[in-house]
Amino acid sequence: MGTPLDETVIRHVALLSRLKITDEEVKVYAKQLSQVVDYMALLNEVDTADVPPAAYALQISNVFREDDVRGAMTSEQALSNAPGQENGFFSVPKVIDRKSV
Amino acid sequence: MTGLSTIYELAAAFRAKQRSAEDITRDCLDRIEAAEPSVHAFVSCDRAAALAHASQLDAARRRGEKIGPLAGVPVAIKDNICTTVGATTCGSQMLEGYQSVYNAHVVDRLEAAGAIVIGKTNLDAFAMGSSTETSHHPTTRNPWDKTCVAGGSSGGSAAAVAAREVPGALGSDTGGSIRQPASYCGVVGLKPTYGRVSRFGLVAFASSLDQIGPIATNVRDVALLLNVIAGQDKCDSTSADGAVPDFESCLERPLQGLRIGISDEYFCEGLHAEVDRAVRAALELYQAEGTELVPIELPHMKYAVACYYIVAPAEASSNLARYDGVHYGYRAAKPEDIVDLYSSSRGEGFCPEVKRRIMLGTYVLSSGYYEQYYLKAMKVRTLIKEDFDNAFRRVDVIASPVAPTTAFRIGEKLDDPLAMYLTDVYTVSANLAGICAISIPCGFDKCGLPIGLQLMGPAFGEEILLAAAHQYQLRTDHHTKLPGCGD
Repeated sequence: MGTPLDETVIRHVALLSRLKITDEEVKVYAKQLSQVVDYMALLNEVDTADVPPAAYALQISNVFREDDVRGAMTSEQALSNAPGQENGFFSVPKVIDRKSV
Repeated sequence: MTGLSTIYELAAAFRAKQRSAEDITRDCLDRIEAAEPSVHAFVSCDRAAALAHASQLDAARRRGEKIGPLAGVPVAIKDNICTTVGATTCGSQMLEGYQSVYNAHVVDRLEAAGAIVIGKTNLDAFAMGSSTETSHHPTTRNPWDKTCVAGGSSGGSAAAVAAREVPGALGSDTGGSIRQPASYCGVVGLKPTYGRVSRFGLVAFASSLDQIGPIATNVRDVALLLNVIAGQDKCDSTSADGAVPDFESCLERPLQGLRIGISDEYFCEGLHAEVDRAVRAALELYQAEGTELVPIELPHMKYAVACYYIVAPAEASSNLARYDGVHYGYRAAKPEDIVDLYSSSRGEGFCPEVKRRIMLGTYVLSSGYYEQYYLKAMKVRTLIKEDFDNAFRRVDVIASPVAPTTAFRIGEKLDDPLAMYLTDVYTVSANLAGICAISIPCGFDKCGLPIGLQLMGPAFGEEILLAAAHQYQLRTDHHTKLPGCGD
């Protein structure tokens, strides 16, 4: 089932996941995750041709509520765990004029 | 080690003015202080806050105010459930020192009922693991044998209750994270039906599977905790509406006429002989007490682990995207640019197990693999759910082991993720199907490690599930045994 997760695939998945990992980690995860994905090939045995997918186990329909004003977090509270903040905003490195992926 | 009173006894003693909340809380804090150097169940414990809350309760009682059903009862909270007192770390460097600005709904409910939150308990990082070994904090030890794991991910909550540091605790269960540690530690753990308990304030791992539930030394105490935490919450649109029954009053339902389903799929290769024997002995007891044992088939059970380890990581990869080093949590030093800020903060802040699951989830959702893995798993999930629907037309509860073995040694499976995942073989299907399930002690292996019996009930079938478990405990004494004091 599928291609094994070689080092190229692991690097690509790490990039998609926004995870910077070391060369050593790439090797270890390639081996470990290939084993896990190989195990998942077990699902190929199951005939699912006419089976609908289940995202949730129980029937859940949309839940509506009145659109009324309620108490909310203050900006001080929202910023209280921020690793970087300035003048009441979250601060990040400059994003303009820089090459980004 | 001496026995700590049960939740039922402590609440009654406080109500009858036989004990003050301060006295109960001090006793509990002393027990924590004595046990923690060798158990490591807690990651934080705010002595002053707990005692302050206790004196408020004592004052309220003196003034003759109405007191809640859990008044004076100390409880521990798994550290992925938000509390305004103390940090909420999720056992991860990513959330080291994270200070929640609100309480989880279940914490508000407990406090409104008069319970005293005494501290936060250890877990695998972001509840991903079966041993608490992936935690950023020291590994929790099994009180029955300190060289063994307490199980996971709610290992801290189960060990704290087993070591009688607290009479009860909350955990969370995404694939067995309440039941497996409860089994390994010889205590009772309930995974309620999906939607029975609000998840508001539970740090999300896999939103279609996660459920908060109670851990205690006996079924009655679990029912008392469930009474308080169950029910609809406007802040969690997946919490179920409808009346919540009194789970304590249902416990007296007799075993006579109860139908217990037994499936060969739960007694297969890999099941340890001593676990098999203890579980079958429990079934014989049920049968002798007038319960009918009914053979059932759950043909898709062998696909549950493969299905689960696609669905859960897929949801996790999405849920954990929020840890970006910007809004809260760990931030890498001197990032080159915004993308490096995200990637380095996540690469450094997450432990290897969390990274594995995020990558696995990203992979099964990625272009070209979505249908092959994620869509396929969602279809298999339908079949697993249908297996249970069919079975529950014929039986009231289904019995099985909780885990194939008793607690394993610390370090034994840490480098073999697949072996670790396979310890969840009997528990994940309840989460995939959204049904309720409980773990109760049913014996010990020759090393003296506890063995757990799992009972599963249909969605919103907690009343019959708890009654079946309680009636077993009335006839057995496994749950009254205490771990030794030695290291």
